[in-house]
Amino acid sequence: MLTFIVRRVLWTVLVMFVITVVVFIIFFKTPGVDPARALAGRSPNAQTLAEIRAQLGLNRPFPIEYGIMMKKIFITRDLVSYSNQGVKVIPEIGQAAPATLSLVFGAAALWVVLAIAVGIAAALLRGTIFDPLLMVVALVGISAPVFWVGQMANMVSQGIGHSTFLFSWVPPLGYTPFTQDPLLWFKGLVIPWITLSILYIGFYGRVLRANLLETQNEDYIRTARAKGLTERRVLLRHNLRTSMITFVSLFGLDFGALVAGSTLLTEVVFGIHGVGYLTWQALTNLDLPTIMATTVYGAFFIVLVNAVVDIAYAWLDPRIRPT
Amino acid sequence: MTGEPLLEVRDLKVSFRTEDGLVRAVDGVSLSLSPGETLGIVGESGSGKSVTMMSVMRLITDPNARFEGEVLYKGRDLMKLGQDQIREVRGAGIAMIFQDPMTSLNPVYRVGWQIEEQIREHEKISKQAAHARAIELLTAVGIPQAADRVRDYPHQFSGGMRQRVMIAMALSCNPDILIADEPTTALDVTIQAQILNLIRKLRDDFGTAVVLITHDMGVVADLADRIAVMYAGRIIEQGSRRDVFYDAQHPYTWGLLGSIARLDRPKPRRLAAIPGLPPSLLRLPPGCAFGERCAHRFALCDERPELRDKVGDGHLDACHLELKQKQDLRETTIHPELIEEAT
Repeated sequence: MLTFIVRRVLWTVLVMFVITVVVFIIFFKTPGVDPARALAGRSPNAQTLAEIRAQLGLNRPFPIEYGIMMKKIFITRDLVSYSNQGVKVIPEIGQAAPATLSLVFGAAALWVVLAIAVGIAAALLRGTIFDPLLMVVALVGISAPVFWVGQMANMVSQGIGHSTFLFSWVPPLGYTPFTQDPLLWFKGLVIPWITLSILYIGFYGRVLRANLLETQNEDYIRTARAKGLTERRVLLRHNLRTSMITFVSLFGLDFGALVAGSTLLTEVVFGIHGVGYLTWQALTNLDLPTIMATTVYGAFFIVLVNAVVDIAYAWLDPRIRPT
Repeated sequence: MTGEPLLEVRDLKVSFRTEDGLVRAVDGVSLSLSPGETLGIVGESGSGKSVTMMSVMRLITDPNARFEGEVLYKGRDLMKLGQDQIREVRGAGIAMIFQDPMTSLNPVYRVGWQIEEQIREHEKISKQAAHARAIELLTAVGIPQAADRVRDYPHQFSGGMRQRVMIAMALSCNPDILIADEPTTALDVTIQAQILNLIRKLRDDFGTAVVLITHDMGVVADLADRIAVMYAGRIIEQGSRRDVFYDAQHPYTWGLLGSIARLDRPKPRRLAAIPGLPPSLLRLPPGCAFGERCAHRFALCDERPELRDKVGDGHLDACHLELKQKQDLRETTIHPELIEEAT
């Protein structure tokens, strides 16, 4: 198991390296993209361009250029934004990350618990009207776009409903750091959490239900019953445990992607200045250093979460463990 | 047979509602099992032998299944027990092993854990004691280095070894009855004999009654005390092993016997097969279910034959032929090569 983990971590480092190289080539080395030109303003003369290139280290050979970029991201952390001169990108991401992490962790906790509840409930209620009913509700949840749900939630909680006791506790849009005011942090995130998790509750609930029903017909479930175990134990220890394997691998992908910035829409709708919001701004300004840094940050989380999931997967399913 | 039967099935009927109609999987089966006895239930796929025993254990969870009849175990009707009461019987009183050992164990738990789980469900016993018992059981079923292997996962065992684990698990709470549902079908021939010998040995050591479900006459040949032959959801012949093998009364049983490759007779050019297929359980004929495939069919066969003791010694069969006729027809039906030799 230990060698498995070590190997997995080494693999992660390699993947990170490849990702940074590819991203660097895409943003800085694609023909037609000239960061110096973008910075130099209108109709720059050749001398200015050369100066800017020298300043940014863009006149060096490719491997060195790449090295400088990585040094600025990982070691000196002084990569400077092109569009907001003087703003250092890495600390900016450092400031935005807690908002995104707060949003994603809360939503993930909500969706894991509720999706398991929905999946189990639907599987248990199979054959009754409630199973298809739950699945239709889940489908509606999957189909409702997050920006629409978010806007509706804002309209009700900030607008017409705000004066009623139901929503009077909702603070104005925006993110309050946990360290500043934990209660306000919580209050401000409740509605974004729910909004973000609706899609995943629906999706994961359906996936889990399908897996539970499939596993239900396995021979070892019959064996578990023949052993005289309680239905509850058969469901939780035998059926759910093996059904969680798909759930966990999907969770790794989605969770990683969300932390990496897929929360963009939710962040924009609720005015939460997280990484997604930052990426969105950088993209509209073609602010290459920021894009580079947020991409590396995102890739890092996706790869990290996937490594964690692989290890969890090996824990869940002994068959894939190396012997 | 002496004393009270341990298990008595009375007129069990199991049917499934399907889109095509009602499937009568088990159509009025009555059986009894005495303590320590081995009953073989023989029949081809779909004859209802597994469904019968699964119903006894109440393991059929299909909401479209309907059950009628009684299953008396130690004086209690299992069909009427609540969930908690039937759970106490399962595993502790009646244990079951299944056809495919490759899929019958949960792949994500250690085999020792799975055995301990069953022991701890039925007995107040410490984890350590349950673990020690699991090792003992694995040793008893012939798993080498049981103390190490108890920590292995099912995929680390071969098929035969997994079936041994299943048997160890089934015997973990000293059940009165072991139901073995085609325990050797998924195994290699050499392993089959080992598993059957193991079942025989454990039966003798533990005094467990065994119900052996199989489609293989060879399997019951040296293990069963009594044999019930099932066809299309009904028992068509039932008697002692001797009766069924040497004095078979039903043409279907003759067919089964004729299809066995035997070493003690001249080798036939080809093994005899029963022509045709079993009838659909959706549309059973009103008369003898075997009628369409029977070489000795006559007018009376359009009426359903009752399972009766015609021989007069507890040997039951459901065939309209007279005893004398049967004796005349039997040999040539079982061994058609005899006719070829004569001509």
